[in-house]
Amino acid sequence: MTVVGNLLASRKRWAAWAVVALAALILAWAPLPSAAYAASARTFRIEARSFAYTPGTLRVNPGDRVTLELVPMDYVHGLYLEGYDLDVKADPGQTARLTFTADRSGTFRFRCSVTCGALHPFMIGKLTVGSGSLWLRAAGLSLLAALAGFLLWRR
Amino acid sequence: MSTLDLTAHPTIKRLLRSRWPQLILQLIALAGFLVALLASWLGTPIGNHNFAIVVVWIAWWALLMLLLVPALGRGWCSVCPLPLAGEWLQRGSLLGPRLDVSGRPRPPLGLGRRWPARLRNIWLQNGTFLLLALFSAVVLTQPSATGLVLTVIILVAVIVSLVFERRAFCRYLCPVGGFIGLYAQAAPLEVRVTDPAICTAHTDKSCYVGSAEGYGCPWDLFPGSLTKNTYCGTCMECLRTCPYDNVAVRLRAPGSDLLNPSGRRLDEAYKAFIMLGGAIAYSAVMLGPWGGLKTAAFEIGSLPWLAYVGGLLAFVLLVLPGSFLLAVVLGRRLARPAPPLMKTFVSLAYAFVPLGLAAWIAFSLSFVLTNLSYLWPVVSDPMGWGWNLLGTAALNWHPYLTSFVPPLQALVLAGGLGWTAVTARRIAEQLGGGLRLAWPTLLVALASTVGVLWLLLG
Repeated sequence: MTVVGNLLASRKRWAAWAVVALAALILAWAPLPSAAYAASARTFRIEARSFAYTPGTLRVNPGDRVTLELVPMDYVHGLYLEGYDLDVKADPGQTARLTFTADRSGTFRFRCSVTCGALHPFMIGKLTVGSGSLWLRAAGLSLLAALAGFLLWRR
Repeated sequence: MSTLDLTAHPTIKRLLRSRWPQLILQLIALAGFLVALLASWLGTPIGNHNFAIVVVWIAWWALLMLLLVPALGRGWCSVCPLPLAGEWLQRGSLLGPRLDVSGRPRPPLGLGRRWPARLRNIWLQNGTFLLLALFSAVVLTQPSATGLVLTVIILVAVIVSLVFERRAFCRYLCPVGGFIGLYAQAAPLEVRVTDPAICTAHTDKSCYVGSAEGYGCPWDLFPGSLTKNTYCGTCMECLRTCPYDNVAVRLRAPGSDLLNPSGRRLDEAYKAFIMLGGAIAYSAVMLGPWGGLKTAAFEIGSLPWLAYVGGLLAFVLLVLPGSFLLAVVLGRRLARPAPPLMKTFVSLAYAFVPLGLAAWIAFSLSFVLTNLSYLWPVVSDPMGWGWNLLGTAALNWHPYLTSFVPPLQALVLAGGLGWTAVTARRIAEQLGGGLRLAWPTLLVALASTVGVLWLLLG
């Protein structure tokens, strides 16, 4: 009876872990519902001043044709966009442009690519293309991991 | 819990017992430290072109937080160059103990006082870490500030070594040693005796007092009663001094110490929150898009800096532990019978160790991989004087693995929270409160994780 009971308990646990794995896969990769929109041309003027971009956060839709106008206000600054591997630099008072199609969804940091002072490595902004759902998916995965660890993990 | 005795392998044991591999690693670290110190005082003031800033705060930090602490716990402490000068002066020797004519080890140099009993905790280390954190935006970017910090640390370490016995600086003052010790509890490596009964019967206690083979435990521990990694510096002296071959270095399940109910303390519990709060604050200040926050952290003495200091201290010392305290109170209301409040607070705080470690790893992944390419020019031109020793001085900055880092951070944090959940449940079971006691704690951990995720990935 004990053997049968252990076997059933073991099977239940395996089934529970299978559900957790399936839920993790869904959380990580399931497409999210998104509003319909038409791709458009978007232009942002970004003022760069030690050690911040203004505006520091940008949001566009996937497929948008995006132009970033970098305008350093004090020293020479750069703008390197992660994910798209694009870089532009400009002298103070000048405007440098970076144009690209936002064909990768997610949240991407942009950073100063020209040493501009003490906090240069931390001069950061962010561009969100689409819903920027990675952190929400990660939060869901974390919740799942917490529940699994709390309720299922036995050692 | 099964373990794997690495010292059962004769070659590994010989390597660990020998002083030479350790000395070679110490000398390499010391050479790097001396170049960093020179560069900090004499090199270019531009941080990301200065050897001191790049090697200490990017390369060493990467090595420490992404490899050494998670894999080896206090492994770094066994080769750290900071206490070497003081330790060598105290011992009067670079290698084994100096012996008198009768073959017995000579007493250490210096006053050899015991560290004050009231200070035998890590509150001072909590303070030194926080002090450094308040000035971190300057220390991490200004070579002269890094030089000042390193110089002060080495001077204090030397003075403490000459006044107090053993490695009192490492154990009670080092701002880095405190959190390495906390996270060493999660490491998959331990130094333990094989049979405690042998230690009990051994009257000489050579592992503690020293012998001709080695020094008494520099960390002021009696290895026979060692049950946690927190204060074991993995220096291997006990492996050398034990006449019964009773000390082993073992692989084990990660985090075993966190489930050990003995020796849980409020100073360590607070350390867990200081470190988790520190990772959250650093993620906001250094990796966030808020220029005002960065400037506030940088302009020491200004009103914004004072506000930053107040905010940081309030967050790590009041808000985070306060939220956890509310969770503990709620958990005690849900669980019957409820264990004592202080015991529950201290015990469940250890569940935040895996999450804190994960938060630091996630922060470091982004910080390090973005800035690691500064390393190649500075190793070729350490002072920023236009040298090109290795032909890499002209290599441009380029962040590494930018597409790979965010998903990896997500996995690390989810794994850390899962580990915290397992630990919280098991500690709550030890306290007799079960799942009901631990639920609110898990909610605080989840909220902290979501906060870090938003800062790093949002």
